[in-house]
Amino acid sequence: MKALLKRREFSLFIFILFTVFVISLRAPRFLEWSNLYDILNDTAILIMVAIGQFMVITSGNGGIDLSVASGIALTGMIVGMLNQYHPEIPIGVIILIAMFVGLILGSFNGILVAYAGIPPIITTLGTMSIYRGFVFVLSKGEWVSADEMSNSFRHLPHGTPFGVTNIILFAIIVVVLAYIFTTRTKTGREIYGIGGNRTAAQYVGINIRKISFMVYAISGVIVGLAGLLWVSRYASAQNDTAMGFELQTVAACVIGGVAIMGGSGTVPGVVLGAIFLGIINNALPVVNLSPFYQMAIQGFVIIFAIVANTVVGRKTQASLARKAKV
Amino acid sequence: MNELILELRGVSKSFPGIKALDRVDFKIRSGEVHALIGENGAGKSTLVKILTGIYQPDEGEIVLNGKRVEFKNPIVSQEAGIAAIHQEATMFPMLSVVENIYMGHHLKNRFGFVNWKQMRKNTKYLLSRLGLDINPNILVKDLSTAQRHMVEIVKALSLNANIIIMDEPTSAFSMRETEELYKIIRQLREEGKAIIFISHKFEDIYEIADYFTVLRDGRYVGEGVVSETPQDKIINMMVGRSLTQMFPKIDVEIGDVVMEVRNLSLNGLFEDISFELHRGEILGFFGLIGAGRSEVMESIFGIVKPERGSISLGGEEIVINSPDDAIKRGIGYVPEDRQTEGTILSMNIRENVTLPIIDKLSGRGILNRIKENEITNKYGKRMEIKASSWEQLVNNLSGGNQQKVVLAKWLATEPRILILDEPTKGIDVATKSRVHEFISELAAQGLGIILVSSEIPEILGMSDNIVVMHEGRITARFKREEASSEDLLKAAMGTSLERAI
Repeated sequence: MKALLKRREFSLFIFILFTVFVISLRAPRFLEWSNLYDILNDTAILIMVAIGQFMVITSGNGGIDLSVASGIALTGMIVGMLNQYHPEIPIGVIILIAMFVGLILGSFNGILVAYAGIPPIITTLGTMSIYRGFVFVLSKGEWVSADEMSNSFRHLPHGTPFGVTNIILFAIIVVVLAYIFTTRTKTGREIYGIGGNRTAAQYVGINIRKISFMVYAISGVIVGLAGLLWVSRYASAQNDTAMGFELQTVAACVIGGVAIMGGSGTVPGVVLGAIFLGIINNALPVVNLSPFYQMAIQGFVIIFAIVANTVVGRKTQASLARKAKV
Repeated sequence: MNELILELRGVSKSFPGIKALDRVDFKIRSGEVHALIGENGAGKSTLVKILTGIYQPDEGEIVLNGKRVEFKNPIVSQEAGIAAIHQEATMFPMLSVVENIYMGHHLKNRFGFVNWKQMRKNTKYLLSRLGLDINPNILVKDLSTAQRHMVEIVKALSLNANIIIMDEPTSAFSMRETEELYKIIRQLREEGKAIIFISHKFEDIYEIADYFTVLRDGRYVGEGVVSETPQDKIINMMVGRSLTQMFPKIDVEIGDVVMEVRNLSLNGLFEDISFELHRGEILGFFGLIGAGRSEVMESIFGIVKPERGSISLGGEEIVINSPDDAIKRGIGYVPEDRQTEGTILSMNIRENVTLPIIDKLSGRGILNRIKENEITNKYGKRMEIKASSWEQLVNNLSGGNQQKVVLAKWLATEPRILILDEPTKGIDVATKSRVHEFISELAAQGLGIILVSSEIPEILGMSDNIVVMHEGRITARFKREEASSEDLLKAAMGTSLERAI
């Protein structure tokens, strides 16, 4: 219990409950289950992609993947057009193709960062433009609209064969796998190793290049899946799909307590960070705020959440340190 | 027992521009503590990195238990039973003790997942075997330097290492911690492990080492049994000449009071610190690690605000709110950790030297490069910084030269008071002696100097007056001629010798 209270995830969880409570004072229907369920559906993609982002950031050395939104748009356009011209391809195969496309995009980042030694922010800023550019090249500026998609394609995110929508199911699978990977596998723990202290990681014989390549590849696979879910959920593949989404994923990580310098962070933290953002995105229209203010307010809330979280974290630490001395 | 387990024969290693190791021979026997001695830049660290598979030798061979081996990477060396506790921080501060021990070789259960339970159990066992009271689940960032070092030793044991390399282990240890380390080393020696011990401190070497090998400028100079070799002889081997004058203290007439500190206190860190500093005086501050000396200096320099007490400069009581204030008032502060606090490694020598006085060198907001170069040249030459040019990055300088850059930087501010916190820590004997000479010369020019040091010979050799601190309080004051090592240590360990003033 004591250990739980110390955890940063716990303070964030309380903060989320508090935020929800405040919002519900102004808009009681916010608390209705159907609304909360909608929020989860809206946030599922953010949760997934933020988890990929979390692994990249945690691997350290300036790790960041700014190409995730462009990757979503590109995979989305590829599978959208594939479905448009070959509606006979089963959705299961489409899922695999999407993940494979994502893997290629992520691996390209990984090669540039891990093997060519180009700083992650430069690499992924570059591929952010490249991948976005390919969307235009491929689509020639056209959209793939709902009536050009097959039913099975459009229904993929909304189907509920396992009790929850598939999109939430996918998010749960990604979260569970990532949690096991980052807490219970040697390779997963080595991400923290190279992010926490590269020299030390080298000295204990960790293959730094392999691990840093891998995190970008994993982020890519998740991006591929997210690209498919995004265009099928909104039933349109556009050139500006997911524009600006990469910053949301970074924000979710930071709110969730992921150290931007690497080496520290948890899957539950990231999930909570993403859910917090989802709540804010959903709540601002509900409380009747002018849409003109929404973006700015969203920014303020993010900064406030991060500051609050950091201060609480520091205070807990200070009090622990004091106790340790006595 | 005591049979040869590892031998280096004629090992060389070059880097662009320098031959770090030149046909070096080195032998280690089991159950032996082997001191590897040499000045900075003698090639000790390179040798360690070859033994641990981080570097590969250009020529020569490594023979392990009679067989020729190649340490292609750190894993091969680890598997051969060699573990090193490096000088640089090689820990994962944000991870637990358990994980620091097992990083890179996590234990797995039969499903291939990380076996946390077993790892925790083993860690507890290893910690208790060494008699250490450390919680295996605590994050390493919350441990003291000494505790971290112990965790590194546990890590070596978890790897079943037979050869354990310790690179300057005691440099940041208190006396008690050093004792604890000695105890552990003795225990490991009993168990037949070989320990390669690198240290700049002769106390360590004579206390714990059985055998020694000396390197100089990348070459093997000699070896011998520690107990049969006097210190002079080892120093001679290290520097190739005997250092006659280790502490070139010049007799200086002590002048007026330049700074008076009264009852300075900061909750929990230090209490009622009072002292006077005069022109031309070197005031030594002795104490063990954690005695609060650095904290006192930081509050005088305006980095942290004291809660109570006063500071007067030249008779006028002042408040120092920031380091900028302190610099303007003529106080210079050379912090202990030159890597993180003293220099900006990614800048060149010129930029480092002129950093604190950049305001003065700028007319209407534009930096005067000619003046900047003049100043750098003046103080760089005076400190005898060895570099290809003043444009060389500080990162590429040796530890001793980095320290000279820090000193040049503070001299350029033309201070009246200079605070030096462990100015010779971790630098080689020759540079150390040079630094001592400068300190002495500065005092002769009328500066008031506060010398914080944990080395008794340095304190005794350099100071006019000595203040000893223990757990945040002053426990004794000595005049130069009254002080003895025994009294200093007693006071530092908490016996109050403070007489009523």
